[in-house]
Amino acid sequence: MSLSISLTVNGVARDIPVDDPRVTLLDLLRERLDLTGTKKGCDRGQCGACTVLVDGRRINSCLALALSCDGAHVHTIEGVAQGDVLHPVQAAFIAHDALQCGFCTPGQIMSAIGLLREGQAGDDPERVREGMSGTLCRCGAYAGITDAVLDAQQALGETGREQAA
Amino acid sequence: MKIFDYVRPATIVEAVAAAAEPGAAYLAGGTNLLDLMKGGITQPRRLVDVDHLPGLEAIEQLADGGVWIGARVRNADLAHDAAFARRFPAVAEALLSGASAQLRNAATVGGNLLQRTRCADFYDVASACNKRQPGAGCEARGGDTRLHAVLGWTESCIATNPSDFCVPLVALDAVVEIAGKTIGGKVGHRDVPLESFHHLPGDTPERESVLEPGELIVAMRLPAEAAGFSAHARYLKVRERTSYAFAVVSTAAALRIESGTITEARIALGGVALKPWRARAAEAMLVGAAPDDAAVRRTAEAALADARPSGDNAFKIELARRIVTRALSLAAVGTPDRVPALPASPFAPVP
Repeated sequence: MSLSISLTVNGVARDIPVDDPRVTLLDLLRERLDLTGTKKGCDRGQCGACTVLVDGRRINSCLALALSCDGAHVHTIEGVAQGDVLHPVQAAFIAHDALQCGFCTPGQIMSAIGLLREGQAGDDPERVREGMSGTLCRCGAYAGITDAVLDAQQALGETGREQAA
Repeated sequence: MKIFDYVRPATIVEAVAAAAEPGAAYLAGGTNLLDLMKGGITQPRRLVDVDHLPGLEAIEQLADGGVWIGARVRNADLAHDAAFARRFPAVAEALLSGASAQLRNAATVGGNLLQRTRCADFYDVASACNKRQPGAGCEARGGDTRLHAVLGWTESCIATNPSDFCVPLVALDAVVEIAGKTIGGKVGHRDVPLESFHHLPGDTPERESVLEPGELIVAMRLPAEAAGFSAHARYLKVRERTSYAFAVVSTAAALRIESGTITEARIALGGVALKPWRARAAEAMLVGAAPDDAAVRRTAEAALADARPSGDNAFKIELARRIVTRALSLAAVGTPDRVPALPASPFAPVP
């Protein structure tokens, strides 16, 4: 079967052949486009390590078929910094030591960017924790993650949040 | 995962035709289906991708006061639709208590109704499961049964329906709109009340809903009357962690209260049976009563009157009584202005 899809990945439009309908968005990013920043943890929608933004919304890329994403705008961790200037969420994660091993961090950061864009959590730590619960951190850096998200939100301000990605 | 054909129809007519063949399955958000396919639990020969079908992504007010929700509306979008959440707060709370933000951004209204059970033996292809393979037996019986059904189960299946969304919907008389066989070039439509949409296991646990091969859920409707409970409606859910977990037991409670007297009550339970469980006899007991502790406790007893353990899960019956009691009491106090920070949690500091 020879199928192809159009994706805009981190702002770059691409036509991508998909030779097997079983390929997920996660595998497409990692194995076909060499964007290995997005991590494969459980591959079953339980850990959130594979979180990316599709059309501005955070989803688990392991549970999205690449073919079904035809026409979508995808943002991954590789696209969030502007050259050497870190995204405010990245900077806040470093400032708050919001990681230990770092494997979940790309997923945490993409989830946090998605959360800030959704604008539902406000400055309530409880709502931030609830909103971030879809990405597990087995090192247990949750306290730092919550603080980082709250700080990044302040740094970005109202307009910045909408353009967070 | 087994190889499959992938087709992306442009219209409902094309979708229904493409899915009529044996072995076909509809793909929408994919959050449950792809997981099942990766585990080898379902192996469709053809995926009919309805995630791009036009016309099914709107939330519309109906002239009669009801609301029409397209099957492709994402769980998160429905929960955060301000007008919808104001009129149907228990539905919004149930949605926000389910899964994670990532999954709610992908999962659809139609797909939520068709979630498969999370019974571990259903998921384990090495286990016998009548639902997965009719006649194979049920290995869940006698195994780890803590989270299995206490209502409506049979020897052939003790699994539960995992949906949160469906619990307040069944309490509020939601109706499922289904597109089916094409007759004379036109797609056939039928309406099915959500209460009759899912099947209890009986002797045929493999038959999970009224859907016939090829039939497609196109929308969900809530009647105008359902908005009459907006001032006193809650969804509460006990789970093994406060976020991102399925219900051990849950309940939707909705009341109409006039001058301190209940004029109408709606109660449904989740996590207790293979379908969202409407407790009609219990509802009737509250009409004309004041929402005091005694009335609420009596009602909770009645809601679980037919419950019996299917294994090591007698605790769920008492837990369900208590969660019904708590949900009714909190509903009587009044719907909070905003869904609490920890949606549906009985442990949340906000009422």
